[in-house]
Amino acid sequence: MMLSLPVKLIGTAALVALLACVPMVADGYRLSLAISLLNYTVLATAWALFSGPTRYVSLATVAFFGIGVYTVAVLGEVLAWPLVLLIALGLGMFVALIVGLATLRLSGVYFVIFTFGLAELVRQLVTWFEVNITRTLGRYVFLDVTTDQIYWQLLGLTVLVFVAGILIRRSRLGLALRVIGDDETVARHIGINTTAAKVALFVLSASFMTLCGAIMAPRWSYIDPAIAFNPVTSFQVLIMALLGGVHRLYGPLLGVVPLTLLFEFLLANFPNHFSILIGIAFMLIVYAIPQGIAGLLEKLTKRKGAAS
Amino acid sequence: MLEIADLSVSYGKHRAVDNVALTVARAEIVVILGANGSGKSSLLRTIGGIQPAANGATITLSGTDLTKLRAHAIVEAGLALVPEGRGIFGDLTVRENLMLGAYAKRARAGEAENLQRVLTLFPRLSERMTQAARTMSGGEQQMVAIGRALMSAPDILLLDEPSLGLSPLMCGELFGALGRIRQAGIGVLLVEQNAKRSLAVADRGYLLENGRIVGQGSAQSLQNDPAVQRAYLGVAQSAV
Repeated sequence: MMLSLPVKLIGTAALVALLACVPMVADGYRLSLAISLLNYTVLATAWALFSGPTRYVSLATVAFFGIGVYTVAVLGEVLAWPLVLLIALGLGMFVALIVGLATLRLSGVYFVIFTFGLAELVRQLVTWFEVNITRTLGRYVFLDVTTDQIYWQLLGLTVLVFVAGILIRRSRLGLALRVIGDDETVARHIGINTTAAKVALFVLSASFMTLCGAIMAPRWSYIDPAIAFNPVTSFQVLIMALLGGVHRLYGPLLGVVPLTLLFEFLLANFPNHFSILIGIAFMLIVYAIPQGIAGLLEKLTKRKGAAS
Repeated sequence: MLEIADLSVSYGKHRAVDNVALTVARAEIVVILGANGSGKSSLLRTIGGIQPAANGATITLSGTDLTKLRAHAIVEAGLALVPEGRGIFGDLTVRENLMLGAYAKRARAGEAENLQRVLTLFPRLSERMTQAARTMSGGEQQMVAIGRALMSAPDILLLDEPSLGLSPLMCGELFGALGRIRQAGIGVLLVEQNAKRSLAVADRGYLLENGRIVGQGSAQSLQNDPAVQRAYLGVAQSAV
């Protein structure tokens, strides 16, 4: 079933408009759940933008998310909000650029370990900076950003990350990235500067993560490095994207919805066993549906198409 | 003009290519004949920038030094390589594979014309543009691989055993296409084990043995050389 472009555009616009109405009808709990969903949608989709085609598994999500959070914690009360977002974005892109140039020659497990280490390194640097320079550890964030506004900003960012995803997929760069994951040597043979392509996408992916952290920061009234750079976030985003499927743009979304609800349920009912349960969920997903829900759906529709 | 001198390649202590010198001009087909393990692939991979050459090597293309360039920049300089085993992307369509070939900046302006040229060269690809490359026969995949390399608008085209695993009919079609590529002014350097077919279409040839060039000459003189006939053309010694 192929819909024509105008139909798709109108449908998407209607959906976004509908989602924009959520804060007007939802109570506090539902709104915070919706924010959580959007937060993970942005992070998981941004993660899959880079890690999907290149097959570089990154655990640096929270490094960038945390940079966004901390930029707001430090500058939020000093500067105007758009300026704070812009500075967070700049910082996130800068770090991603340096890290990308330094590490995207690494492959496989070395890259995974490095990105995990990176998040810890940034956390330690921030902690050191706070203890030795500013002599605070932990900051209060009291900003005039309402929960509704956070929701709308996240919705806008979600739209942006999907638009970026669509544009990349249609571009020459998107095609190039797909083949880099297949065979990097041949990709270079046909004239693709694979390092530049990977770094560009890594930076783009990181900018969405950074902005997401910055927008989310006012949700917490108290922030310290352990909260902002909590490594569990990186793992959650990873498992959501894998559950959904990273080879389609909408894939991560299919993982975000069930898992956000599951995590919410686990946190509310089994707070002390949360880590164990999330670990079990992790293993089950990788073992049972390696192609993700998107892959599963495609297989089913293909089989149905073949049968009819 | 591609000019190579003092080119050596080593894997640890093993010297795969030893002091090779060769040239390929535009609009000529040059074949390198050699058995398995004679260093043919190492030689091509080094020219293409995937494998580093030992110090002191000269590889220039129309005066541009290629030894310091990375693989993608070498394509940009005008040299395209079709690797052994073709390296096409099976999940992508024929069109996507070909379009990827025009990734280099030098190729973007003339993309539409280059595509037209490739489709004139391999008409059977035009019927298959939306087909996933993996579903095609070996010969058609080889056409996609060569077409993709041509999409970068190269001055020199390197081919690593293009006839490997192809049916005799496909082989004929392939070598016929090489002749038309030459007519377009492109220089072709191919390494082959199929000496008979490749010498029939080539202008000149080199013999590679244990990484060294042990003979060279016009295709015709090589065809008539008793040593070549013994080693590559399967002519029995007594018959000479």
